Amino acid sequence: MSLASAPTAGRIDIAGAAIRLGAGAAAFEVVRDIDLTIPPRQFVCLLGPSGCGKSTLLGALAGHLDLARGSLALDGRPVAGPHPERGIVFQQHTLLPWRRVVDNVAFGPKMRGVGRAERLARAREFLAVVGLADFAERYPAELSGGMQQRVEIARVLINRPRILLMDEPFGALDAQTRLMMQELLLDIWTRLPTTVVFVTHDIDEALFLGDRVLVMSARPGRILEDIPLAFPRPRGRELVTEPDFVALKRRCLDLLRPRDGQPPLPRLTPLGLPLAGAA
Amino acid sequence: MSAGTLGAPGVALTARPPARAEPRRLSPLPVHRLAIQAGALGLGLLAWHLAASLKLDLSFVTFRNVPTPAAVARAAWALAHAPKLGAHLGASLARVLGGFLAALVAGIGLGLAIGRSRLAGDLLLPPLEVLRPIPAVAWIPLAILMFPSSEASMVFITFTGALFPILLNTVHGAEAASPRLVASARSLGAGPAAILREVVIPAALPSIVTGGAIGMGTAWFCLVTAEMISGQYGIGYFTWESYTLQNYDDIVVGMLLIGLLGMGSSVAVRGLGRLAMPWTRGGRP
Repeated sequence: MSLASAPTAGRIDIAGAAIRLGAGAAAFEVVRDIDLTIPPRQFVCLLGPSGCGKSTLLGALAGHLDLARGSLALDGRPVAGPHPERGIVFQQHTLLPWRRVVDNVAFGPKMRGVGRAERLARAREFLAVVGLADFAERYPAELSGGMQQRVEIARVLINRPRILLMDEPFGALDAQTRLMMQELLLDIWTRLPTTVVFVTHDIDEALFLGDRVLVMSARPGRILEDIPLAFPRPRGRELVTEPDFVALKRRCLDLLRPRDGQPPLPRLTPLGLPLAGAA
Repeated sequence: MSAGTLGAPGVALTARPPARAEPRRLSPLPVHRLAIQAGALGLGLLAWHLAASLKLDLSFVTFRNVPTPAAVARAAWALAHAPKLGAHLGASLARVLGGFLAALVAGIGLGLAIGRSRLAGDLLLPPLEVLRPIPAVAWIPLAILMFPSSEASMVFITFTGALFPILLNTVHGAEAASPRLVASARSLGAGPAAILREVVIPAALPSIVTGGAIGMGTAWFCLVTAEMISGQYGIGYFTWESYTLQNYDDIVVGMLLIGLLGMGSSVAVRGLGRLAMPWTRGGRP
């Protein structure tokens, strides 16, 4: 299988989905009434206030969380448990610290039983795609945060997933690195097209990256607005100052404006409630 | 089509790695700190010498029968040239290593099970918590009754000493494996066995090494107790025999030998641990 061989499809169908978190009396509904279809190879950004359940929805797509109601299917097959065809990139710190960068990227093929020489060669190809060919032998701790996220993207893409799920993947990076990573991601996506669901609370990021932005309400999260983005690709930085972009940004700001007296909610994770000490 | 035809990304992101950081080593201490540390040892020796040679008697504790450092040094010199030293050392090393390795296998196995499975924890922890406070010396009668040879019962007693530090540290390490690492490994196609091998065990390894170093220390700690059963050889036996034979100089020689061997083998465990964990050596450049 060559690097650029396309995944077969990547269509997502969500119908009447609701997700509950917590146990017993403390349980609450994080998202409800989610109806959504994402065609193959679309780049969708989920935009919403902190704690609105966008990461929770992503966790359900990845198979780490179960639905309380409704259905969720990839290419017509219901999602049940994690699978390499649904790759997920977390915000930070998910590379195996005890594996060299190249071994981290080769992890998926290793799990499939690909031989050592072949999987390392493939991992080096994908490291070249994210511009880190010279760092293959390093340990993750020797890399900057931005470089670690690039390794993370290569590690997920080597499995040629049907969908790429990203949970604020650049949220922990400084502004400069974040802009660079956004352009890198678009560049990779044009060469290795796949369906992307990208969670962010950064309006500029969502509008710059996506084919479509789904704005979510505060908890319980529902989809408030489904905004198609027709900006031509390839996109450059100058896009963010164009009048159409600014107008859409204003619309998103209005949708996301917190209602009076509502304190910001704690961030949720694709694995459910934030765990104490799981920094 | 290969990566070559795809080329490097269009944006300027290819970076050169900086020179690899040297593996972290213990930097030599400055001379004045070395001098202070050597001086402290010297002061300790001097205090011992004074107390022993003056036969200091403080009524609640007396140094009347405590040998002087010089007497101990002479006894150590004599032991170093005695043919029985090798037999003593060999017997003790074999017992400690046997008990330690058995504790390593049992401690890591049980610890991983307890750390990763609530059922295993509920089944195993209550009986283990009852056994944990029992000191090595209390095991002697039962160990003699339970094992066919005195050699096996001595190995068992060092095993009881080493087991719990290894077990508890392994449990702690296995519980601390990040749920995010586990989740991302599952999303990359790892099954339960691969999660254990690729994520949980490496994540627990620093704790396991710490437990091993402590367990190695306590195994030596239990040696005198264990070798009370011995009829012939062993450093612990030598120490105890010296007391019954009133060779007071040799008691201290035996004690110091146990201390040095225990320290040396704990250092060896930590060194082996560092070799097994190359990722902890480098730092952020």
